[in-house]
Amino acid sequence: MTIKHHLTESLLMGYAAGSLPEAFNLVVASHVSLCDDCRAAVESYEALGGAVLDDAQVAMAEDGLADCLARLETAAAEVETAPPAPRSANQAHSLPAPLRDYVGGDMDAIRWRPVGGGVKQAILRTSESASARLLFIPAGSAVPDHGHRGVELTMVLQGAFADATDRFARGDVEIADEDLEHTPIADIGADCICLAATDAPLRFRSLIPRLLQPFLKI
Amino acid sequence: MMQQRAVPTAPSSGPPAHVMRGVIAMGSWRLNDKKSAIEVEKAGLSRDMALIREARDRAAFARLFGHFAPRIKGFLIKSGTEPSVAEDCAQDVMVTVWKKAHLFDPARASVATWVFTIARNRRIDLARREKRPEPEDLGWGPEPDQTQDETLVMQQDSERLGTALAALPDAQRLLIEQCYFGELSHRDIADVTGLPLGTIKSRIRLALDKLRHAMGSTP
Repeated sequence: MTIKHHLTESLLMGYAAGSLPEAFNLVVASHVSLCDDCRAAVESYEALGGAVLDDAQVAMAEDGLADCLARLETAAAEVETAPPAPRSANQAHSLPAPLRDYVGGDMDAIRWRPVGGGVKQAILRTSESASARLLFIPAGSAVPDHGHRGVELTMVLQGAFADATDRFARGDVEIADEDLEHTPIADIGADCICLAATDAPLRFRSLIPRLLQPFLKI
Repeated sequence: MMQQRAVPTAPSSGPPAHVMRGVIAMGSWRLNDKKSAIEVEKAGLSRDMALIREARDRAAFARLFGHFAPRIKGFLIKSGTEPSVAEDCAQDVMVTVWKKAHLFDPARASVATWVFTIARNRRIDLARREKRPEPEDLGWGPEPDQTQDETLVMQQDSERLGTALAALPDAQRLLIEQCYFGELSHRDIADVTGLPLGTIKSRIRLALDKLRHAMGSTP
């Protein structure tokens, strides 16, 4: 698997700095689970965070250390908790680990809801500032032509889709903003499953999907 | 200030197998062999982490507390946390350092980096009450005979990064810091500083390019 479409520098830095909304964090964590280059970049930005700490020193209260040492007494019991076992690496048909946490299982645990034209979606529970959902696009089908009010990140988890800009396969992320109007079409070979996150509702061009938008929560 | 200790001997052979993981862990930032007084202090931090991990050493914890607690508190305050809450949370973070010491892998991150990630997650929890999705664990355990080399590399990289950051022009360094202190998007930073969004982005990019250059690689 070769990932062609990566995350931007500001998304990677924002993830390391902790300034992205939860839904975007989920896309970054999922992509980084499959992409060593972006993982390396995130770890570099975390190292920069460690360096930034040096410029932020405020004296602790006089008894701060004593208080903290006292708290270690009660904390001691939890010390032996084992690290989480490394999970099964990335088989081509499984969800990256951070997504499995949100779905409550792997691909077969996704609770799909039809949205018309064979397209299905499952909304994931994240904080309000941005929304995340899984999209199922049947092989050869299209998602209705739509534009974006904010930023939309779409990461392919299975199959592939193409739009006017390029083709996107497993692990690839398409970053769309106000300027992109596109009609993603799934490859004919396999149904396409994507993770999409946006900080604003999508804006459909045709009237019917636009009327349905409040009910579909997309 | 930390008491000074001997530094582990530098690896005498050329880049060994750890380089692959070093490169992955540090992105494009490479190592060199320069030592400094502060580096000895950083070596102390990493030694103290090992003492906590292996011997539950409270004196080592007290030294780490002396170094990191004021930094965590400052980080939280600069991120908009009330000073009294920041004091308490800095203690929380240090308790987490104690509790999770066995998860710290000196071959993958410096102590400062690791403590930063714990403080950052605490801040996200504090400000937004939301969880932070973490990437799938690669399950790389440290290989015992290489840990010392890799730890040294991490310390050196961490130290050089700190020096490079301090050497940036004020305007650039402050922008980088604002990216880490708080919830500011580039657009918010533009509002706060009065700079147009394009200028912010190019200054941050310039600052990052300078850091990469200082770390011994071209962007």
